[in-house]
This record gives sequence, C-alpha cells and structure tokens, in this order.
Amino acid sequence: MTAAIEILNVEKRFGNVGIIHGLNLSVAQGERHAVIGPNGAGKSTTFNLISGHIAPTSGEIRLNGDVISGLRPFEINRRGLSRSFQVTNVFARMTVWENVRCAVLWATGHRYAFWKNVDDLPEVRQRTAEILDDINLLHRREVPAGLLTYAEQRELEIGITIAGGADVIMLDEPTAGMSHAETERAVALIRRLTEGRTLVIVEHDMSVVFGLADRISVLVYGHIIASGTPDEIRGNPKVREAYLGEEAH
Amino acid sequence: MSVAAPSASDIRPVARSQSLKFYGIWVIVAIGLVVLPVIFSSGGSLTSFSLIGIAIIFALSYNILLGQTGLLSFGHAVYYGLGGFAVVHMMNAVAAHGWPLPLPFIPLVGGLGGFCFAAVIGWVMTKRAGTVFAMISLGIGELVASSSLILRSVFGGESGITTDRTALPHMFGWSFGPQIQVYYLIAFWVMIAAIAMYALTRTPFGRICNAVRDNPERVEFIGYDPHVVRYLSYCFAGLFAGIAGGLTAINFEIANSAYLGAVQSGLVLFATFIGGTAYFFGPILGAILVTYLQLGLTSLTTVWQLYFGIIFIGIVMFAPGGIAGILMMHRPLLRAGTLGTVIPSYLLALLPTLVLVGGVILGIETIAHYTASQGEGNVINLFGIPFNATTPSTWIIAIVTTIGGFLVARMTWRRIVEAWDRAARGARDQGYLA
Repeated sequence: MTAAIEILNVEKRFGNVGIIHGLNLSVAQGERHAVIGPNGAGKSTTFNLISGHIAPTSGEIRLNGDVISGLRPFEINRRGLSRSFQVTNVFARMTVWENVRCAVLWATGHRYAFWKNVDDLPEVRQRTAEILDDINLLHRREVPAGLLTYAEQRELEIGITIAGGADVIMLDEPTAGMSHAETERAVALIRRLTEGRTLVIVEHDMSVVFGLADRISVLVYGHIIASGTPDEIRGNPKVREAYLGEEAH
Repeated sequence: MSVAAPSASDIRPVARSQSLKFYGIWVIVAIGLVVLPVIFSSGGSLTSFSLIGIAIIFALSYNILLGQTGLLSFGHAVYYGLGGFAVVHMMNAVAAHGWPLPLPFIPLVGGLGGFCFAAVIGWVMTKRAGTVFAMISLGIGELVASSSLILRSVFGGESGITTDRTALPHMFGWSFGPQIQVYYLIAFWVMIAAIAMYALTRTPFGRICNAVRDNPERVEFIGYDPHVVRYLSYCFAGLFAGIAGGLTAINFEIANSAYLGAVQSGLVLFATFIGGTAYFFGPILGAILVTYLQLGLTSLTTVWQLYFGIIFIGIVMFAPGGIAGILMMHRPLLRAGTLGTVIPSYLLALLPTLVLVGGVILGIETIAHYTASQGEGNVINLFGIPFNATTPSTWIIAIVTTIGGFLVARMTWRRIVEAWDRAARGARDQGYLA
C-alpha cells in the first residue's frame, strides 16, 4: 500500500540558511502521526512544505504516491490534503456558518459557480450543518468568526480544515494556548473527526502527543533523528537527550 | 445563551417570509423608480435622477472589487469609459447600417466592452492584491486615459465622439429623444444591474470573494485559487462598469476622454466609500449622495471639491463603515428597544453641530470669495442671509460660530457617546450585540 505522505530527501534553504536538510518521512494510510521537536527545529516549515505553502529547494514529496512538491496549495488541497494553522487563520468578518460553508464549496463541486444560489444547495447546507454540529459550534453559527472566543476559533480552525473531506489532515499545534479542560475536549474532537483518515499533527503538549499518535517523528535542526511508536520514542536515548529530557519525566 | 442546542437537521433553508420580504424590497424599489418622475417632473430633476441611476450602477460595480473582494482600484473608470466608447461606436454603426438593434439593448454592448477589456488585462493585474494591485490599476488608468487622447480615430481626441440616440430603431414607439424616456431606460437597467449584482453576492463565487477579501492565504488551503477569484471579480466589475458607462454615453449622446480619467475613478471610489462598502446597499446611498452633492454644490460654490474632501476625510476618520455602517450600527439597538434612549442626545447635538457646520462653511466661503473671486462681488448668500466677505463682522461671525459651535457641540457629542454606551449595554444584555 502506498504511503499517504512520503517525503524523500527534502531540503529547504532560505538564501544560505538551510532550515531543512535530508528530510525523510513516511506516513502510512490511516496513521496518526505526530511530529515533535524543540522550537526552531523546522516543524512548521515541514508543514508548509507538505501543504505547498513553500516549495522545497530539492527533494520530492508524494501524496498517495503522486508527486506534489512544487504544486500550489489549492492544487494539493484538491488532491485530498488539508491543513490547519498554528495561528488562527479564519475568515474574520464572515459568520461561523459561512466560514465552514466556504470550505465545503469546492469539495461539493460548486467551484467558482456564479449562476447558483448558495443558499439553495441542499448538500452544501447539510454538510455545513454536520461539520458545525461536529465541532459544537452550531449554536454560534451567526456570529462573525472574529468575535469567537479563542478556544472556539481553534475549533472552527479544525472545522474548516476537515470540511472539505480531505483524507489527509494536518493540524499545526491545535491545542496551543488552551486550558487543560479545553485541550481534553479538543483531543477528543480530533480523535473523533479524523477517524479513518490520515492525521499528521505538530504538538508541544506531550500528553496530547503520546495519547493520540500511532507513530511519532522527532525533528531536530531540520532533520528527523528518530521515528517510531510512542514506546520506541520514549525509550530512545537520542531523543531523550535532544528533546524529551526535561519535559517527559 | 440558554437556548437549547440546535441539531444539524434544524437548519432549514431561508424562511419563506424572509424571501417574501426580500422580493418585496425589490418590488418597492421598482415602483419607486416608476413613480419618481411623476412626483418630481421638472427637467432638472429628471436629469439628476438619470445621473444618480448611472452612478448607482457604477458604484455597485466598484464595490464588487472593493467591498466584496477587497481590491482597491484607482482606475475603475477605464471600464466605465470604454463601455461608453463601445456604445457610441455601436450606436453610430447601428444608425449607419440600419441594423435592427433598438436602444434599450445597447447598454449591453457597453457591458461587453468593459468585460472584454477587463478579461484581457485583468489576468496580469489580479495576480497580486493589496498595494501592487492598487498601483497597477493606477498605471493602467493613466495609460488608457492618455492613449485616449492619442488614438483619435477611436476616442475622438479632446472633443470625443458624438452620437444620436434617436437615430436607432424605435421600440414601443419610443424615440428616446425626451429625457423622461431615457430616465426609464436607465431605471430599467439600474434594476437589472442591481439585482444581478446582488444575486452575484449570493452565489458560491460571491461567497468566496468575501473569503478572499478576509483571508486570501487561507482560501488557497480550501481548494480555491485566489487569483482566479480576483480575476473573475475583476471581469464582473468591468462588465457592470461598462453598462454604467454605456448609459452615460446614451444619456449625453457623447463619449469623451473624461469618462475614463482619474477624476471619474476617484469619484466612484469616493461614492462607494462614503456609502459604505460592507453592505450591498452602501454604494447606492453613496452614489445618490455624491451625485446629488456634485450637482447641487457646483452651482452653489466654486470650492465644492473642498467640501467633498472634508466629507471624505470625515468619513474615513470617524465612520469607516460609511453611511451604511452608521445606519446598521443602530440595528441591534432597534431590536433591543434601547434606541429610544439615544435619540434625545442626537436631537440635543443637532443645533450646536449645525452652528459649527454653518460657521465652517461661512469661513470657507469668506476666504474663497476674499482671495479668489474678488472681482465677482463680495456678497455671499448663505442660507438666504447675505454676508459681505470684506467686512470684519462676517469674519468675526464665522470665527465665533465655528469655535463656539465646536465647544458646545463637543459637549453634546460626549452625551451621545454616553447614551450610546448605555444603549449598547442594554442590547448586549439581551444578546442582540456581540
């Protein structure tokens, strides 16, 4: 079976500064894969590379076997990969309902249609309502996204990410800045919503990582130093030295 | 927020009563457009209504860019002007060859002209939004305006190209010679264009335009190419601007280089912004006000552009939502029933504010007369009261009313803010305001 995501020898340089070098990573279909690493290790850059936000300097990235490196983000999205952002990145002046609906439109095949009434598309309405129900924001659907609480915006961020029905979901620090109770809720939400899909997640909260992930990759200075199950990672001396030392007693 | 959590199946399409209300508004507008010249039947008001109608289409087309897609264009008159020239050439061709194309269909030619030029030039222009787009639009505007003076065979040089609207085949026995018939032609197109542009905002494309306005980066990650969205939006704006320009050419029976110049581009930006870009009806209000001011002020004062500037700066600084924004601010208060507590403070502020405005106007006019138009006599007629610009008493009155009016008005403005805060709190408590 082809891997959902395969990164082969990817390098990313900004001018003379190499951020990512010799990056190799493989995420199997249906796997929940966490990428961890200290600040500045290149986790967000890796996300940006996979999702097409930036193009790799060299190397190859494959999605379900097809090369996607060098494609634009919307082309990659149309092939079934969707990502969230570390800093909330929603449509602030539009309502919660419209935010999710926008994310549903391409996937339901309406594209740039300027001859259809958007309120008159039953499958769009149905799907939007389901997503809002899933992220528990149905009662807030008429509120402009910019006026939501922080935790609600994070949930909307996840909602927009999954709304298109992509089978590879990438979440960039979905629980950053959340309280303990909010984090627990968010993890349960992520677990439920990514059922049967491939998930790649960047996360700093180790309880989230070890509770959620099937496999973990440790990124240090733009290079994967270890990749394995949570138990393997916990027992790996290189990882303990580089990263987990002070955080995972 | 103790409302029972709704479930996904509760989400129904727009309620029938709401869509009835929606169609009701358009029917009322249509009836209003029909009876308007019956109530105000003078030739002058017919001319004004015709110009206002054209300005409404033009401003709405501009708002497809500014309000809907977040594109600030400094050269929108290019499409208006090219629509006008397309129409003039078409009308002359129809008259010369005897083609069976009556006048009411001619504005479509203008729309086509605007659309085609936008389609050709738009792809490169809309690659980037923001400052880059604004600068390119300014450049294209200058380019087209200056070539209009060079390419004489197409644009007719400084004098422009004239036409005769009565030379076209008549329809329903209408020759479209009298202004009333032209007014109804324009009113008809205002309805068509306004409904079409409103409908456009309610399509998947229209919604994605708003998403591109709010956050073009994120749009790329939900499957859309913001460049394509901006391009389509640009083409539609060109189409409707072309219709507006075409109607102008029919109205004046001429198209000249002034149609596509920077002044025209500035005016539409001005009208749209003053009206308010966040609501569909905002540019309509702006177009009515600006056209009316333009027609009224030019006959009253030589420094009318100065007043335009003051109004524009005032709106940008104190009410960036425009007139529509100010009006819609009151909606939650109206729903919560707390609007009544704000009204008295408005009434209280009215008199001192008017005194202040009167003082400022007197000051401006006095200076203008004293410095610029000394030869034309020094008497300023303001609100029916004659003032002599050379006597010190006029200067003193202007200074006293300006300063005194400001000091008193400022106190009443504070009362408005206080009353507003109280009313808003009431609305917030009832959940009408976030």
